[in-house]
Amino acid sequence: MNIIEARDLGKRYGGSWALHGCTLAIPAGHVAALVGPNGAGKTTLLNIAVGLAAPSAGNVSVLGGRPAGSPAALDGIAFVAQDTPLYKSLSVADMLHLTRNLNRRFDDGYANARLNELGIPRERKAGDLSGGQQTQVALTLALARHPKLLVLDEPMAMLDPLARHDFMAAVMTAVADDGVSVVLSSHVLAELERVADYLVLLSSGSVQVAGEVDVLLASHRVLSGPASEADRCAAQLNVVHVRRGEAQAHLLVRINGATDTLPPGFEAHPVSLEELTLAYLRVPGAAALPGPTRTANALAPEVTH
Amino acid sequence: MTSQTLPASPNVNASLRPLPWRRMGWVTWRQHRLALSGVVTVFGAAAVYLLITGLPMHNAYANVTACRPARSGPCQQVAENFVATYQHLVLVSAGLIQAIPVLIGAFVGAPLLAREFEAGTFRYAWTQGFGRTRWTIAKLALLAIAITIAAAGFGALFSWYVQPIIGAGGGNSGPLSPTVFDLRGVALPAWTLAAFAIGALAGILIRRVTPAMFATLAVWVALAVLTGTYLRPHYEAPLVTHTADSPAGALVINQGLLRDGKPATLDMINQTLRAVDLQALTPTLFHPTGPSTLPSSEDPVQYLIQHGYTQITTYQPASRLWPFQWIEGSWLLALSLLLLATTVWRVRRRAT
Repeated sequence: MNIIEARDLGKRYGGSWALHGCTLAIPAGHVAALVGPNGAGKTTLLNIAVGLAAPSAGNVSVLGGRPAGSPAALDGIAFVAQDTPLYKSLSVADMLHLTRNLNRRFDDGYANARLNELGIPRERKAGDLSGGQQTQVALTLALARHPKLLVLDEPMAMLDPLARHDFMAAVMTAVADDGVSVVLSSHVLAELERVADYLVLLSSGSVQVAGEVDVLLASHRVLSGPASEADRCAAQLNVVHVRRGEAQAHLLVRINGATDTLPPGFEAHPVSLEELTLAYLRVPGAAALPGPTRTANALAPEVTH
Repeated sequence: MTSQTLPASPNVNASLRPLPWRRMGWVTWRQHRLALSGVVTVFGAAAVYLLITGLPMHNAYANVTACRPARSGPCQQVAENFVATYQHLVLVSAGLIQAIPVLIGAFVGAPLLAREFEAGTFRYAWTQGFGRTRWTIAKLALLAIAITIAAAGFGALFSWYVQPIIGAGGGNSGPLSPTVFDLRGVALPAWTLAAFAIGALAGILIRRVTPAMFATLAVWVALAVLTGTYLRPHYEAPLVTHTADSPAGALVINQGLLRDGKPATLDMINQTLRAVDLQALTPTLFHPTGPSTLPSSEDPVQYLIQHGYTQITTYQPASRLWPFQWIEGSWLLALSLLLLATTVWRVRRRAT
């Protein structure tokens, strides 16, 4: 089952396309990180997935074929939006009651236990809580609905490092206990490395990289060798990005199985998720998508196999 | 690097039964109880004011109705004194109360959706299982019904309040006059509902609370003024009289002079009046251009009538109050429903 499946998705605001030709399938059971530079279309993609925005082109389905925004989709998706909006004048208890009234499922026991654990007083007005506490309340409301998919848009922007850790711990507990799938967008690459097992990299409105983190890491290497040999080496290989030093050059290459032979004088190292992400962010033209190697402007229509 | 598509799971949730509407009762009350208590407070305070000033007026009016024989000179005098004493009070009260519907539109209708956008909370509310279309319908319906009922109750009280001054034939405050017509009967709840609907639509179109409130104010006032000036006098074909006075309580639409069956122009009138050194500013307002040669016992209109002119007054009789109330109530209700439906359609169509 694909938790989000988009086919040739486009979203136009005024004259410019925030998303364009975006084809994507995120399988269920992952913590998927959605990364990309500002304005790449992360929030737009998430808004479409949760039904807040309607696509201008293409189509999107969630939770294995439910139209985004349909009652069945809303029922199974919990969304924590950017800046975690809560009704500032309502108390935490009222926000709980509100969410209980607006949903089919609401786990009071879970919500209360988590608020106690966090030491957030239920009678306090949401607007009087710290930014971190507001984020925690929003996450508690989302998780108490026991969703199949949890969508988080830049959830950690307002959090200090400790709160970030607690926040992700709560998300990972829900993943372990409930089997909830998670899609989160974030700027904090280091944070994602610990939790994400699926990566979607958006660049100027389309998908540049998509895949399981393990597979992506296994199919990329950093080759270090003499700078003078870098160009000759690059011509033979599927190079994503070249970083040149005084004498040494570091090439991030995508390897196609065992057929690749290491050029003489070069050494191969495994790559970290952060390195890989940064390399692709620096080279928006390079693409790594499921299936055979493709380039960004030659997207095959099929995304699932 | 592969993503599997498992065979689509049987759509167990496809025929998901919607959440019951009653869930929105608590939600609407909790989120709008401040606005609703504001409505009750404003109407309540105005009602207390009407009772405090209205009871002495009703006591005084008892003397007018008790006077016998009713058409005698002394009784006419009593009625005139009553009108002179209380007419001003009724006009001031009516003027203050005119503001209530539009205030409800601006303070209850406009923020309803605009605040969700301003605070970003629509991204919370519209991604819950209830669904944003039904969420909007429930909130609009509950609030619209609440304020319409409150306004209808208050409209009945105001009808009681103005009854003496209308009964005593109070000068220009006939039942159709713009100062009191829309504050009673079905007109007041209809105008209040329209203000709320204008506010709600302004809220989703503008998406900011303060500008939406001002837009509501401007649109509602424009609609009320245009209705009172151009629309209401023509709900039915006006009646015509050729006497100087229209029947008691009538709404005069136009007064003028005819010559040879055609409306007399100012030029024609002035040509006739030149002989007596008078100038007509309007067909009913005259200005001497020199030492007037018109005998002081004669008024210029009489002079014109003697010289071949006929007076014409078009008016709506007071007896048309209720037909007019229903006409105005009906089209305002239709307009409000259209605006509310447009609001729901806008919510359904796009959120970001």
